[in-house]
Amino acid sequence: MRNLINAKRRDVLKSLMGLVAGLFVPKSIMAEKDQQKRFDWADDSIHYDPHDHKWGMGIDIDNCIGCGRCSAACKIENDVPREPFFFRTWVERYHILENGETIIDSPNGAIDGFNKKPDEEDVLRSFFVPKLCNHCDNPPCVQVCPVGATYESADGVVLVDSEYCIGCSYCIQACPYGARFLHPVTRTAEKCTFCYHRIVRGNDPACVEACPTQARIFGELEQKASPLHRFKRMNRIGVLKPALNTEPKVFYAHLDMEVK
Amino acid sequence: MPNWIPNLPEQVRRLALLVVVVVIAFLIVRPMLIPAGFGEQGHFRSGALNDAVAHDYKYAGKASCEECHDDMTSMLASGYHNNLSCEVCHGPLAGHVEEPEEVQPEFPRGRNFCPVCHEYLSARPTGFPQIVSQSHNQLKACINCHEPHDPVPSEVPEKCSACHGKIARSKAVSHHANVECDFCHSVNEGHKTSPREFRAAKPIDRNFCGQCHADSENGSDAPQIDLSSHEPRYVCWQCHYPHLPEAK
Repeated sequence: MRNLINAKRRDVLKSLMGLVAGLFVPKSIMAEKDQQKRFDWADDSIHYDPHDHKWGMGIDIDNCIGCGRCSAACKIENDVPREPFFFRTWVERYHILENGETIIDSPNGAIDGFNKKPDEEDVLRSFFVPKLCNHCDNPPCVQVCPVGATYESADGVVLVDSEYCIGCSYCIQACPYGARFLHPVTRTAEKCTFCYHRIVRGNDPACVEACPTQARIFGELEQKASPLHRFKRMNRIGVLKPALNTEPKVFYAHLDMEVK
Repeated sequence: MPNWIPNLPEQVRRLALLVVVVVIAFLIVRPMLIPAGFGEQGHFRSGALNDAVAHDYKYAGKASCEECHDDMTSMLASGYHNNLSCEVCHGPLAGHVEEPEEVQPEFPRGRNFCPVCHEYLSARPTGFPQIVSQSHNQLKACINCHEPHDPVPSEVPEKCSACHGKIARSKAVSHHANVECDFCHSVNEGHKTSPREFRAAKPIDRNFCGQCHADSENGSDAPQIDLSSHEPRYVCWQCHYPHLPEAK
Protein backbone atom coordinates (compact mmCIF):
# COMPACT_ATOMS: atom_id res chain seq x y z
CA MET A 1 0.00 0.00 0.00
CA ARG A 2 2.81 2.37 0.98
CA ASN A 3 4.58 1.57 -2.26
CA LEU A 4 1.54 2.42 -4.33
CA ILE A 5 1.05 5.72 -2.60
CA ASN A 6 4.71 6.65 -2.93
CA ALA A 7 4.98 5.53 -6.54
CA LYS A 8 5.91 8.11 -9.12
CA ARG A 9 3.51 9.09 -11.84
CA ARG A 10 5.89 7.64 -14.47
CA ASP A 11 6.00 4.23 -12.70
CA VAL A 12 2.23 4.04 -12.38
CA LEU A 13 1.79 4.77 -16.08
CA LYS A 14 4.46 2.20 -16.93
CA SER A 15 2.77 -0.59 -15.01
CA LEU A 16 -0.62 0.47 -16.39
CA MET A 17 0.73 0.09 -19.92
CA GLY A 18 2.01 -3.34 -19.01
CA LEU A 19 -1.44 -4.30 -17.73
CA VAL A 20 -3.16 -3.14 -20.91
CA ALA A 21 -0.61 -4.97 -23.05
CA GLY A 22 -1.21 -8.08 -20.96
CA LEU A 23 -4.90 -7.99 -21.86
CA PHE A 24 -4.03 -8.61 -25.50
CA VAL A 25 -1.66 -11.51 -24.89
CA PRO A 26 -4.24 -14.28 -24.37
CA LYS A 27 -6.12 -13.22 -27.48
CA SER A 28 -3.07 -13.41 -29.73
CA ILE A 29 -2.10 -16.78 -28.24
CA MET A 30 -5.61 -18.06 -28.85
CA ALA A 31 -5.52 -16.79 -32.41
CA GLU A 32 -2.33 -18.73 -32.96
CA LYS A 33 -3.95 -21.82 -31.47
CA ASP A 34 -6.90 -21.43 -33.84
CA GLN A 35 -4.49 -21.14 -36.71
CA GLN A 36 -2.94 -24.46 -35.73
CA LYS A 37 -6.33 -26.12 -35.76
CA ARG A 38 -6.89 -25.39 -39.47
CA PHE A 39 -6.78 -28.61 -41.38
CA ASP A 40 -4.58 -29.39 -44.38
CA TRP A 41 -6.31 -31.81 -46.72
CA ALA A 42 -4.31 -34.43 -48.55
CA ASP A 43 -6.42 -33.57 -51.61
CA ASP A 44 -5.36 -30.06 -52.66
CA SER A 45 -8.60 -29.42 -54.52
CA ILE A 46 -10.54 -29.25 -51.25
CA HIS A 47 -10.87 -25.77 -49.77
CA TYR A 48 -12.97 -26.58 -46.79
CA ASP A 49 -12.45 -25.76 -43.15
CA PRO A 50 -14.42 -27.90 -40.70
CA HIS A 51 -14.35 -25.05 -38.19
CA ASP A 52 -16.41 -22.79 -40.45
CA HIS A 53 -19.45 -25.09 -40.64
CA LYS A 54 -22.05 -26.79 -38.51
CA TRP A 55 -24.12 -29.27 -40.49
CA GLY A 56 -27.57 -30.63 -39.82
CA MET A 57 -30.53 -32.12 -41.67
CA GLY A 58 -34.22 -31.31 -41.68
CA ILE A 59 -36.81 -33.91 -42.63
CA ASP A 60 -40.36 -32.90 -43.53
CA ILE A 61 -42.58 -35.89 -42.75
CA ASP A 62 -45.47 -34.31 -44.71
CA ASN A 63 -43.39 -34.32 -47.88
CA CYS A 64 -42.04 -37.87 -47.69
CA ILE A 65 -43.76 -40.18 -50.18
CA GLY A 66 -41.91 -43.29 -49.07
CA CYS A 67 -40.33 -44.01 -52.44
CA GLY A 68 -37.07 -45.02 -50.77
CA ARG A 69 -34.90 -43.32 -53.41
CA CYS A 70 -32.79 -41.91 -50.55
CA SER A 71 -31.88 -45.27 -49.06
CA ALA A 72 -31.26 -46.74 -52.52
CA ALA A 73 -29.00 -43.80 -53.47
CA CYS A 74 -27.16 -44.04 -50.15
CA LYS A 75 -26.37 -47.70 -50.71
CA ILE A 76 -24.94 -46.96 -54.14
CA GLU A 77 -23.04 -43.80 -53.22
CA ASN A 78 -21.38 -45.24 -50.14
CA ASP A 79 -20.89 -48.87 -51.26
CA VAL A 80 -23.11 -50.10 -48.44
CA PRO A 81 -23.55 -53.90 -48.67
CA ARG A 82 -26.70 -54.73 -50.62
CA GLU A 83 -27.96 -57.33 -48.16
CA PRO A 84 -30.75 -56.34 -45.81
CA PHE A 85 -29.89 -55.03 -42.33
CA PHE A 86 -27.02 -52.85 -43.56
CA PHE A 87 -28.29 -49.32 -43.90
CA ARG A 88 -26.88 -45.86 -43.40
CA THR A 89 -30.34 -44.44 -44.03
CA TRP A 90 -33.70 -46.14 -44.37
CA VAL A 91 -37.41 -45.26 -44.45
CA GLU A 92 -39.96 -46.58 -41.96
CA ARG A 93 -43.71 -46.69 -42.50
CA TYR A 94 -45.97 -46.15 -39.52
CA HIS A 95 -49.54 -47.44 -39.46
CA ILE A 96 -51.46 -46.34 -36.41
CA LEU A 97 -54.61 -48.45 -36.17
CA GLU A 98 -57.92 -47.44 -34.69
CA ASN A 99 -57.37 -49.75 -31.72
CA GLY A 100 -54.25 -47.74 -30.84
CA GLU A 101 -51.81 -50.35 -32.08
CA THR A 102 -48.81 -49.12 -34.07
CA ILE A 103 -47.39 -51.18 -36.94
CA ILE A 104 -43.97 -50.19 -38.24
CA ASP A 105 -42.44 -51.73 -41.33
CA SER A 106 -39.46 -51.03 -43.52
CA PRO A 107 -39.09 -53.80 -46.10
CA ASN A 108 -35.40 -53.91 -46.99
CA GLY A 109 -35.03 -50.32 -45.80
CA ALA A 110 -37.45 -49.29 -48.58
CA ILE A 111 -34.75 -49.44 -51.25
CA ASP A 112 -37.39 -51.01 -53.51
CA GLY A 113 -40.22 -48.89 -52.16
CA PHE A 114 -43.23 -50.12 -50.19
CA ASN A 115 -46.02 -52.53 -50.99
CA LYS A 116 -49.61 -51.97 -50.05
CA LYS A 117 -50.58 -53.49 -46.74
CA PRO A 118 -53.33 -56.11 -47.18
CA ASP A 119 -55.79 -54.83 -44.56
CA GLU A 120 -55.71 -51.08 -44.47
CA GLU A 121 -59.31 -50.52 -43.48
CA ASP A 122 -58.84 -49.75 -39.82
CA VAL A 123 -55.89 -47.38 -40.19
CA LEU A 124 -56.29 -44.19 -38.19
CA ARG A 125 -53.30 -42.45 -39.72
CA SER A 126 -50.14 -43.49 -41.50
CA PHE A 127 -46.97 -41.79 -42.69
CA PHE A 128 -43.32 -42.37 -43.54
CA VAL A 129 -40.31 -41.54 -41.39
CA PRO A 130 -36.86 -41.46 -43.03
CA LYS A 131 -34.15 -42.28 -40.54
CA LEU A 132 -30.39 -41.92 -40.43
CA CYS A 133 -27.61 -41.16 -37.99
CA ASN A 134 -28.74 -38.17 -35.95
CA HIS A 135 -25.20 -36.78 -35.68
CA CYS A 136 -25.80 -36.04 -32.00
CA ASP A 137 -24.00 -33.11 -30.45
CA ASN A 138 -23.72 -35.28 -27.36
CA PRO A 139 -23.07 -38.64 -29.02
CA PRO A 140 -23.24 -41.79 -26.88
CA CYS A 141 -21.32 -43.74 -29.54
CA VAL A 142 -18.30 -41.45 -29.23
CA GLN A 143 -18.31 -41.71 -25.46
CA VAL A 144 -18.08 -45.49 -25.45
CA CYS A 145 -15.44 -45.98 -28.15
CA PRO A 146 -12.41 -47.42 -26.35
CA VAL A 147 -9.87 -46.44 -29.03
CA GLY A 148 -11.06 -42.99 -30.11
CA ALA A 149 -12.00 -44.31 -33.54
CA THR A 150 -15.39 -42.61 -33.66
CA TYR A 151 -15.50 -38.88 -33.20
CA GLU A 152 -17.39 -35.69 -33.83
CA SER A 153 -15.59 -33.48 -36.31
CA ALA A 154 -15.49 -29.71 -35.82
CA ASP A 155 -18.36 -29.31 -38.30
CA GLY A 156 -20.64 -31.49 -36.17
CA VAL A 157 -20.46 -34.62 -38.32
CA VAL A 158 -19.95 -37.87 -36.41
CA LEU A 159 -17.47 -40.06 -38.29
CA VAL A 160 -15.67 -43.39 -37.90
CA ASP A 161 -11.93 -43.84 -38.36
CA SER A 162 -12.09 -47.29 -39.92
CA GLU A 163 -8.32 -47.69 -39.71
CA TYR A 164 -8.39 -47.57 -35.91
CA CYS A 165 -11.79 -49.15 -35.32
CA ILE A 166 -11.25 -52.52 -33.63
CA GLY A 167 -14.78 -53.74 -34.37
CA CYS A 168 -15.79 -54.15 -30.73
CA SER A 169 -19.39 -53.03 -31.51
CA TYR A 170 -19.72 -50.94 -28.34
CA CYS A 171 -20.87 -47.97 -30.41
CA ILE A 172 -23.49 -50.08 -32.19
CA GLN A 173 -24.95 -51.03 -28.82
CA ALA A 174 -24.71 -47.48 -27.50
CA CYS A 175 -26.52 -45.81 -30.41
CA PRO A 176 -30.15 -45.29 -29.35
CA TYR A 177 -31.22 -44.85 -32.97
CA GLY A 178 -29.83 -48.09 -34.41
CA ALA A 179 -27.95 -46.06 -36.98
CA ARG A 180 -24.73 -48.11 -36.96
CA PHE A 181 -23.78 -51.52 -38.24
CA LEU A 182 -20.68 -53.69 -38.46
CA HIS A 183 -19.47 -53.95 -42.02
CA PRO A 184 -19.49 -57.67 -42.89
CA VAL A 185 -16.19 -57.53 -44.79
CA THR A 186 -14.01 -54.98 -43.00
CA ARG A 187 -15.52 -55.81 -39.56
CA THR A 188 -15.48 -52.12 -38.62
CA ALA A 189 -18.36 -49.93 -37.51
CA GLU A 190 -20.08 -47.95 -40.26
CA LYS A 191 -22.68 -45.22 -40.32
CA CYS A 192 -24.02 -42.21 -42.18
CA THR A 193 -21.30 -39.61 -42.77
CA PHE A 194 -23.64 -36.96 -44.28
CA CYS A 195 -21.66 -38.06 -47.40
CA TYR A 196 -18.61 -36.30 -45.99
CA HIS A 197 -16.72 -36.73 -49.28
CA ARG A 198 -19.50 -34.77 -51.01
CA ILE A 199 -20.10 -31.99 -48.51
CA VAL A 200 -16.42 -31.00 -48.25
CA ARG A 201 -16.54 -30.44 -52.02
CA GLY A 202 -19.71 -28.36 -51.79
CA ASN A 203 -22.33 -30.93 -52.81
CA ASP A 204 -25.40 -32.22 -51.01
CA PRO A 205 -25.44 -35.73 -49.55
CA ALA A 206 -26.66 -38.37 -52.00
CA CYS A 207 -30.00 -38.90 -50.19
CA VAL A 208 -30.78 -35.18 -50.40
CA GLU A 209 -29.80 -35.14 -54.07
CA ALA A 210 -32.05 -38.13 -54.77
CA CYS A 211 -35.13 -37.08 -52.80
CA PRO A 212 -37.84 -36.25 -55.37
CA THR A 213 -40.02 -34.20 -53.01
CA GLN A 214 -37.40 -32.22 -51.05
CA ALA A 215 -38.42 -33.97 -47.87
CA ARG A 216 -34.79 -33.79 -46.79
CA ILE A 217 -33.11 -30.43 -46.30
CA PHE A 218 -29.39 -30.33 -45.67
CA GLY A 219 -27.58 -27.24 -44.54
CA GLU A 220 -25.88 -25.01 -42.05
CA LEU A 221 -27.33 -24.84 -38.56
CA GLU A 222 -25.68 -21.63 -37.49
CA GLN A 223 -26.16 -19.44 -40.56
CA LYS A 224 -29.44 -17.58 -40.39
CA ALA A 225 -29.94 -17.46 -44.16
CA SER A 226 -29.51 -21.21 -44.71
CA PRO A 227 -32.46 -23.28 -45.94
CA LEU A 228 -32.20 -25.47 -42.84
CA HIS A 229 -32.45 -22.49 -40.51
CA ARG A 230 -35.51 -21.31 -42.39
CA PHE A 231 -36.95 -24.83 -42.21
CA LYS A 232 -36.50 -24.84 -38.45
CA ARG A 233 -38.11 -21.43 -38.16
CA MET A 234 -41.14 -22.20 -40.32
CA ASN A 235 -42.09 -25.63 -38.95
CA ARG A 236 -42.91 -27.27 -35.70
CA ILE A 237 -39.77 -29.30 -35.07
CA GLY A 238 -39.20 -32.52 -33.18
CA VAL A 239 -36.19 -34.76 -32.69
CA LEU A 240 -36.04 -38.48 -32.00
CA LYS A 241 -35.81 -39.55 -28.35
CA PRO A 242 -35.31 -36.04 -26.93
CA ALA A 243 -35.36 -37.41 -23.37
CA LEU A 244 -31.94 -39.00 -23.92
CA ASN A 245 -30.30 -35.56 -24.21
CA THR A 246 -28.25 -36.69 -27.19
CA GLU A 247 -28.99 -33.36 -28.91
CA PRO A 248 -29.60 -34.72 -32.42
CA LYS A 249 -28.83 -32.58 -35.44
CA VAL A 250 -31.51 -34.25 -37.56
CA PHE A 251 -34.72 -32.28 -37.16
CA TYR A 252 -38.16 -33.59 -38.09
CA ALA A 253 -41.08 -31.37 -39.04
CA HIS A 254 -44.60 -32.59 -38.18
CA LEU A 255 -43.25 -35.56 -36.25
CA ASP A 256 -45.99 -37.80 -34.86
CA MET A 257 -45.83 -38.60 -31.14
CA GLU A 258 -45.87 -42.33 -31.96
CA VAL A 259 -42.48 -42.15 -33.69
CA LYS A 260 -39.81 -43.79 -31.63
CA MET B 1 25.76 -38.27 -6.37
CA PRO B 2 24.17 -36.16 -3.59
CA ASN B 3 25.10 -37.59 -0.27
CA TRP B 4 21.49 -38.04 0.90
CA ILE B 5 20.82 -40.81 -1.62
CA PRO B 6 23.00 -43.51 -0.01
CA ASN B 7 21.36 -42.62 3.27
CA LEU B 8 17.94 -43.64 1.98
CA PRO B 9 16.70 -47.05 3.08
CA GLU B 10 17.41 -49.83 0.60
CA GLN B 11 13.68 -50.53 -0.11
CA VAL B 12 13.02 -46.87 -0.98
CA ARG B 13 15.93 -46.78 -3.41
CA ARG B 14 14.74 -49.91 -5.17
CA LEU B 15 11.21 -48.56 -5.39
CA ALA B 16 12.47 -45.26 -6.75
CA LEU B 17 14.48 -47.11 -9.41
CA LEU B 18 11.36 -49.03 -10.40
CA VAL B 19 9.33 -45.83 -10.63
CA VAL B 20 12.00 -44.21 -12.79
CA VAL B 21 12.09 -47.22 -15.13
CA VAL B 22 8.30 -47.26 -15.46
CA VAL B 23 8.14 -43.54 -16.15
CA ILE B 24 10.87 -43.75 -18.80
CA ALA B 25 9.21 -46.77 -20.42
CA PHE B 26 5.89 -44.88 -20.46
CA LEU B 27 7.49 -41.85 -22.11
CA ILE B 28 9.10 -44.03 -24.78
CA VAL B 29 6.10 -46.26 -25.52
CA ARG B 30 3.37 -43.58 -25.42
CA PRO B 31 4.31 -41.77 -28.64
CA MET B 32 4.66 -45.13 -30.38
CA LEU B 33 1.09 -46.12 -29.51
CA ILE B 34 -0.61 -42.80 -30.26
CA PRO B 35 -1.34 -42.47 -33.97
CA ALA B 36 0.13 -39.53 -35.83
CA GLY B 37 -2.04 -36.44 -35.72
CA PHE B 38 -4.10 -37.60 -32.77
CA GLY B 39 -5.48 -34.65 -30.83
CA GLU B 40 -4.76 -32.05 -33.50
CA GLN B 41 -8.41 -31.64 -34.45
CA GLY B 42 -9.98 -33.28 -31.42
CA HIS B 43 -9.96 -36.63 -29.71
CA PHE B 44 -9.25 -38.51 -32.92
CA ARG B 45 -6.59 -39.13 -35.57
CA SER B 46 -6.78 -36.09 -37.83
CA GLY B 47 -5.78 -38.18 -40.87
CA ALA B 48 -9.14 -39.93 -40.52
CA LEU B 49 -10.72 -36.86 -42.09
CA ASN B 50 -8.62 -37.46 -45.20
CA ASP B 51 -9.78 -41.08 -45.25
CA ALA B 52 -13.39 -39.94 -44.97
CA VAL B 53 -13.19 -37.75 -48.06
CA ALA B 54 -11.17 -40.20 -50.16
CA HIS B 55 -14.27 -41.72 -51.69
CA ASP B 56 -15.53 -41.49 -55.24
CA TYR B 57 -18.78 -39.84 -56.21
CA LYS B 58 -21.43 -42.09 -57.73
CA TYR B 59 -24.09 -39.39 -58.03
CA ALA B 60 -22.83 -36.44 -60.06
CA GLY B 61 -25.68 -34.05 -59.22
CA LYS B 62 -28.20 -32.23 -61.38
CA ALA B 63 -25.82 -29.32 -62.06
CA SER B 64 -23.43 -31.67 -63.89
CA CYS B 65 -26.27 -32.99 -66.10
CA GLU B 66 -27.31 -29.44 -66.93
CA GLU B 67 -23.93 -28.67 -68.51
CA CYS B 68 -24.71 -30.86 -71.54
CA HIS B 69 -28.42 -31.64 -71.34
CA ASP B 70 -29.80 -28.16 -70.72
CA ASP B 71 -32.68 -28.83 -73.13
CA MET B 72 -33.95 -31.62 -70.91
CA THR B 73 -33.37 -29.78 -67.63
CA SER B 74 -35.23 -26.71 -68.86
CA MET B 75 -38.12 -28.94 -69.96
CA LEU B 76 -38.05 -30.48 -66.50
CA ALA B 77 -37.97 -27.10 -64.80
CA SER B 78 -41.35 -25.94 -66.10
CA GLY B 79 -43.39 -28.95 -65.02
CA TYR B 80 -44.50 -30.96 -62.04
CA HIS B 81 -41.18 -32.82 -61.94
CA ASN B 82 -39.15 -29.62 -61.60
CA ASN B 83 -37.64 -30.62 -58.28
CA LEU B 84 -36.54 -34.04 -59.48
CA SER B 85 -32.87 -34.80 -59.90
CA CYS B 86 -32.06 -36.56 -63.18
CA GLU B 87 -30.31 -39.40 -61.36
CA VAL B 88 -33.47 -40.36 -59.44
CA CYS B 89 -34.71 -42.10 -62.59
CA HIS B 90 -31.57 -42.47 -64.72
CA GLY B 91 -29.35 -43.93 -62.01
CA PRO B 92 -26.00 -42.78 -60.63
CA LEU B 93 -24.07 -41.07 -63.42
CA ALA B 94 -20.77 -39.72 -62.12
CA GLY B 95 -19.11 -42.22 -64.50
CA HIS B 96 -21.15 -40.86 -67.41
CA VAL B 97 -19.87 -37.34 -66.66
CA GLU B 98 -16.29 -38.63 -66.90
CA GLU B 99 -16.79 -40.90 -69.89
CA PRO B 100 -20.06 -40.11 -71.68
CA GLU B 101 -19.67 -42.93 -74.20
CA GLU B 102 -18.55 -45.70 -71.88
CA VAL B 103 -21.14 -45.29 -69.13
CA GLN B 104 -24.75 -45.01 -70.26
CA PRO B 105 -27.68 -43.90 -68.13
CA GLU B 106 -30.57 -46.18 -67.24
CA PHE B 107 -33.90 -45.66 -68.99
CA PRO B 108 -36.60 -47.26 -66.86
CA ARG B 109 -39.38 -47.62 -69.42
CA GLY B 110 -41.33 -50.41 -67.76
CA ARG B 111 -44.53 -50.20 -65.78
CA ASN B 112 -42.82 -51.12 -62.55
CA PHE B 113 -40.71 -48.00 -62.06
CA CYS B 114 -43.11 -45.06 -61.83
CA PRO B 115 -45.30 -46.79 -59.21
CA VAL B 116 -42.36 -46.69 -56.77
CA CYS B 117 -43.48 -43.11 -56.21
CA HIS B 118 -46.98 -43.04 -57.69
CA GLU B 119 -48.66 -46.27 -56.54
CA TYR B 120 -51.44 -45.57 -54.04
CA LEU B 121 -50.29 -46.02 -50.43
CA SER B 122 -52.36 -44.75 -47.54
CA ALA B 123 -49.22 -43.36 -45.90
CA ARG B 124 -48.49 -41.06 -48.85
CA PRO B 125 -49.39 -37.43 -48.31
CA THR B 126 -52.76 -36.23 -49.55
CA GLY B 127 -52.57 -34.44 -52.88
CA PHE B 128 -49.59 -36.43 -54.13
CA PRO B 129 -50.68 -37.95 -57.49
CA GLN B 130 -51.24 -41.68 -57.03
CA ILE B 131 -52.74 -44.50 -59.06
CA VAL B 132 -53.80 -48.06 -58.41
CA SER B 133 -51.74 -49.74 -61.12
CA GLN B 134 -53.97 -52.83 -61.20
CA SER B 135 -56.83 -50.77 -62.56
CA HIS B 136 -54.88 -48.02 -64.31
CA ASN B 137 -54.57 -48.76 -68.07
CA GLN B 138 -53.14 -52.22 -67.64
CA LEU B 139 -50.48 -53.41 -70.12
CA LYS B 140 -49.69 -49.86 -71.20
CA ALA B 141 -46.33 -48.39 -70.33
CA CYS B 142 -46.51 -45.18 -68.30
CA ILE B 143 -44.51 -43.26 -70.91
CA ASN B 144 -47.11 -44.02 -73.61
CA CYS B 145 -49.37 -41.39 -72.09
CA HIS B 146 -47.13 -39.39 -69.77
CA GLU B 147 -43.96 -37.58 -70.81
CA PRO B 148 -41.77 -38.20 -67.74
CA HIS B 149 -39.90 -34.91 -68.14
CA ASP B 150 -43.13 -32.91 -68.20
CA PRO B 151 -45.83 -35.13 -66.77
CA VAL B 152 -49.38 -33.85 -66.91
CA PRO B 153 -52.33 -35.85 -65.67
CA SER B 154 -54.07 -37.10 -68.84
CA GLU B 155 -57.31 -35.84 -67.40
CA VAL B 156 -57.16 -32.53 -65.62
CA PRO B 157 -58.72 -32.99 -62.18
CA GLU B 158 -62.28 -31.71 -62.17
CA LYS B 159 -62.66 -31.06 -58.49
CA CYS B 160 -60.36 -29.11 -56.21
CA SER B 161 -60.55 -32.02 -53.76
CA ALA B 162 -58.42 -34.17 -56.08
CA CYS B 163 -55.37 -32.33 -54.83
CA HIS B 164 -56.62 -30.39 -51.81
CA GLY B 165 -58.22 -33.35 -50.07
CA LYS B 166 -57.27 -32.23 -46.59
CA ILE B 167 -59.15 -28.94 -47.02
CA ALA B 168 -62.09 -30.62 -48.76
CA ARG B 169 -62.54 -33.06 -45.89
CA SER B 170 -62.54 -30.30 -43.25
CA LYS B 171 -64.93 -28.18 -45.26
CA ALA B 172 -67.32 -31.09 -45.84
CA VAL B 173 -68.13 -31.34 -42.12
CA SER B 174 -68.29 -27.59 -41.52
CA HIS B 175 -71.08 -25.04 -41.91
CA HIS B 176 -69.28 -23.94 -45.04
CA ALA B 177 -69.91 -27.32 -46.73
CA ASN B 178 -72.15 -25.75 -49.36
CA VAL B 179 -69.85 -22.83 -50.12
CA GLU B 180 -68.04 -23.62 -53.36
CA CYS B 181 -64.27 -23.17 -53.49
CA ASP B 182 -64.52 -20.50 -56.19
CA PHE B 183 -66.84 -18.41 -54.02
CA CYS B 184 -63.77 -17.29 -52.05
CA HIS B 185 -60.91 -18.28 -54.38
CA SER B 186 -60.82 -17.11 -57.95
CA VAL B 187 -58.88 -19.80 -59.78
CA ASN B 188 -57.30 -19.44 -63.17
CA GLU B 189 -57.89 -22.47 -65.40
CA GLY B 190 -54.09 -22.78 -65.79
CA HIS B 191 -53.82 -23.67 -62.10
CA LYS B 192 -54.97 -27.20 -62.93
CA THR B 193 -52.06 -27.93 -65.25
CA SER B 194 -49.40 -25.57 -63.85
CA PRO B 195 -50.29 -25.12 -60.20
CA ARG B 196 -47.11 -23.25 -59.35
CA GLU B 197 -47.42 -20.80 -62.19
CA PHE B 198 -51.07 -19.87 -61.61
CA ARG B 199 -51.86 -19.44 -57.94
CA ALA B 200 -55.39 -19.37 -56.58
CA ALA B 201 -56.40 -15.99 -55.16
CA LYS B 202 -57.49 -15.55 -51.55
CA PRO B 203 -59.73 -12.91 -49.92
CA ILE B 204 -57.73 -9.99 -48.63
CA ASP B 205 -59.94 -8.06 -46.17
CA ARG B 206 -62.70 -8.27 -43.56
CA ASN B 207 -65.36 -7.02 -45.89
CA PHE B 208 -65.22 -10.24 -47.87
CA CYS B 209 -66.51 -12.32 -44.95
CA GLY B 210 -68.77 -9.39 -44.12
CA GLN B 211 -70.78 -10.00 -47.33
CA CYS B 212 -72.52 -12.86 -45.52
CA HIS B 213 -71.74 -12.24 -41.89
CA ALA B 214 -72.23 -8.48 -41.44
CA ASP B 215 -75.30 -7.66 -43.46
CA SER B 216 -78.50 -8.53 -41.64
CA GLU B 217 -80.60 -7.49 -44.61
CA ASN B 218 -79.30 -10.10 -47.03
CA GLY B 219 -81.70 -12.68 -45.67
CA SER B 220 -78.87 -15.12 -44.90
CA ASP B 221 -79.14 -17.24 -41.77
CA ALA B 222 -75.38 -17.03 -41.29
CA PRO B 223 -74.22 -15.71 -37.90
CA GLN B 224 -74.14 -11.93 -37.98
CA ILE B 225 -71.61 -9.57 -36.44
CA ASP B 226 -71.02 -5.83 -36.50
CA LEU B 227 -67.78 -5.33 -38.44
CA SER B 228 -67.00 -2.01 -36.77
CA SER B 229 -67.13 -3.37 -33.22
CA HIS B 230 -66.14 -7.06 -33.66
CA GLU B 231 -62.36 -7.19 -33.01
CA PRO B 232 -61.59 -4.46 -35.57
CA ARG B 233 -57.83 -4.88 -35.30
CA TYR B 234 -57.80 -8.39 -36.77
CA VAL B 235 -58.71 -10.01 -40.06
CA CYS B 236 -61.28 -12.79 -39.77
CA TRP B 237 -58.99 -15.75 -40.53
CA GLN B 238 -56.62 -14.89 -37.73
CA CYS B 239 -59.23 -16.34 -35.33
CA HIS B 240 -61.62 -18.37 -37.54
CA TYR B 241 -60.39 -21.08 -39.89
CA PRO B 242 -62.53 -20.46 -43.00
CA HIS B 243 -62.61 -24.13 -44.04
CA LEU B 244 -63.88 -25.15 -40.60
CA PRO B 245 -65.16 -21.97 -38.94
CA GLU B 246 -66.58 -23.73 -35.89
CA ALA B 247 -63.13 -25.03 -34.91
CA LYS B 248 -61.78 -23.39 -31.82
